Amino acid sequence: MTALPETREMVDPVPGAGAPHLPQRTQLVQLLTPEGDRVEHPEYSLEISDEELRGLYRDLALVRRWDVEATALQRQGELGIWASLLGQEAAQIGAGRAMAETDMAFPTYREHGVAWARGVDPLHVISLFRGVDNGGWDPVARGFNLYTVVIGAQTLHATGYAMGVQRDGAEQAVLAFLGDGATSQGEVNEAMIWAASFSAPVVFFCQNNQYAISVPLERQSRVPLYQRAAGFGFPGVRVDGNDVLAVLAVTRQALQAAREGQGPTFIEAFTYRMGAHTTSDDPTRYRLASELEEWKLRDPIARLKAHLSRSSIADAAFFDSVEAEADELAARIRSGTLEMPDPTPTSMFDSVYAEQTPQLAQQRADFVAYRASFEEDGE
Amino acid sequence: MTAQTLTIGKALNLGLRKAMEDDAKVVLMGEDIGKLGGVFRITDGLQKDFGEARVVDTPLAEAGILGTAVGLAMRGYRPVCEIQFDGFVFPAYNQIVTQVAKMHARSRGTLPMPIVIRIPFGGGIGAVEHHSESPEAYFAHTAGLKVVAVSNPVDAYWGIQQAIAAPDPIVFLEPKRRYWEKAEVDVDATPDPLFASRVVRGGDDVTVLAYGPMVKTALQAAEAAAEEGRSVEVVDLRTVSPLDLDPVYESVRRTGRCVVVHEAPVTLGLGAEIAARVTETCFHSLEAPVLRVGGYDTPYPPSKLEEEYLPDLDRVLDAVDRAMEF
Repeated sequence: MTALPETREMVDPVPGAGAPHLPQRTQLVQLLTPEGDRVEHPEYSLEISDEELRGLYRDLALVRRWDVEATALQRQGELGIWASLLGQEAAQIGAGRAMAETDMAFPTYREHGVAWARGVDPLHVISLFRGVDNGGWDPVARGFNLYTVVIGAQTLHATGYAMGVQRDGAEQAVLAFLGDGATSQGEVNEAMIWAASFSAPVVFFCQNNQYAISVPLERQSRVPLYQRAAGFGFPGVRVDGNDVLAVLAVTRQALQAAREGQGPTFIEAFTYRMGAHTTSDDPTRYRLASELEEWKLRDPIARLKAHLSRSSIADAAFFDSVEAEADELAARIRSGTLEMPDPTPTSMFDSVYAEQTPQLAQQRADFVAYRASFEEDGE
Repeated sequence: MTAQTLTIGKALNLGLRKAMEDDAKVVLMGEDIGKLGGVFRITDGLQKDFGEARVVDTPLAEAGILGTAVGLAMRGYRPVCEIQFDGFVFPAYNQIVTQVAKMHARSRGTLPMPIVIRIPFGGGIGAVEHHSESPEAYFAHTAGLKVVAVSNPVDAYWGIQQAIAAPDPIVFLEPKRRYWEKAEVDVDATPDPLFASRVVRGGDDVTVLAYGPMVKTALQAAEAAAEEGRSVEVVDLRTVSPLDLDPVYESVRRTGRCVVVHEAPVTLGLGAEIAARVTETCFHSLEAPVLRVGGYDTPYPPSKLEEEYLPDLDRVLDAVDRAMEF
């Protein structure tokens, strides 16, 4: 297998400040090597059918195609911005597919793969980045909250939601998504303290994609992120985030433990953001091309494809059919984006409150009259 | 009529109790609100009667209180968050402004946030830094929030229940130095609406507007002015956002003069907004510019100076005189 980069294992947060290099044990949970070989792990086993394996491949391939199409749409001026998930497909599909129907996820703004797994229409996600709305899906019905843009704020929402699950006596778990940068936020640390204090059924799923925009992990943490969990008093585990099978197994087990009342788990999905932070970002300013090349060898989709081919679980016809389906999805995303109607101007007034205030109703009426004055002038 | 004499603090306590009896989804959250009953004892006895799942002694983290309240509200609960003192709301400011206030709009109405944020506010208790502030303008400036400020036991008893039953997030400001003020409260009465101002003293010469702890000060000033032959009308605004200014406009059209009083600094405070609105609406009735009486544009001072900082009877009368002499 391709070794993970040692530079990320040996931590020197403040170069020259004399911080100790902490020796690390290799604790990466992996069930599928970058070459596509199935391996066993003593604590995490995965019973999975061939059909499910093909399903995971389909998920990964379609989500990547969606992502590529969205990036193209942004480049053509159809989206204001796009936050690519390139390279993180396995972390997101593994986590999303580990959830039970009744579980609830709290995403950041990059969890398109989880959205896919939860049955959210890609066009609802696209509409946010096009500036039409803030995401048009029903969060509770989908079990997938709206995207949260303020870093880490959603981890507290997830914890509070989990406290509600406890009060309802329900057998549900909550999955809180966050990134490596978010682990520095006070609110994320508060969320973990609350989750521990109340033993809330919440799993913190941290995609460590190595960079918070341009700032590498070393600036966020002196210890590997999964080890933080020990300080809060619950288990932390590092999983190969580019191994969809390992992510599925680890997340499934953590969610089940939460449902059974065993409280929170912190999962660090060790992965890599192969693209830019968003379409506005230029990663060549802060990282070397060789690093990207190294991670391409651990591509999450290529390794599953290798496994499916080598094990005769899928043949060329299957891969062709997925590619055809991906093309259809991309075409639907493209046409759906171009046909997406702009919101009506008055809609900005209409959902500010559940009970509209007289002041805002007056502003809305004034706005309508103002716009109407131009229509009259024009005629 | 079942009237009883209650302090503002006790009225809030009974109002919270009633709200919890009426709706099992009401959950109280805050620091020291359980066994201790809150540092002002507003939640006294409630954990004993409703249990630890409904009266939650939280970790010491205000952002945590508001952030988890968001999740509980998404789950169908009605969190009532106590912020121990006004100056401690700022660690929660991010959650209040970016999440609590915006979730309803973000979700186009699918995620209502029926959260009440109780804050003892204002000065006059001889406290150390961060225990005497008036942060209402920050919240009134934020779309998606509503802000009320009660001044008396009757409004405290009904207002807290109305706020908890309301579907929108409400910052509920409690005049901490008036917690021990008493009045008759009829618990069988029909309450006034929550978002409505009220004329609390009739008068003809000047209209004085106040809310929260300054209502009593304004009434004392009106009493003193009467001894000098001046007739001052006092309006208790009761709601800071949305403002209910129709009774104010009606009053100012009669008096032609308007003074706004609050403890918060005057610059960009509620008085500035009210002055603009009164001027726009009552321009031809005004005999004098709308005047503001408030805190100075300084940090809240050490308590030995707070009587100099806070508007009092004399400063209100001074503004009344200036309005009359204009």
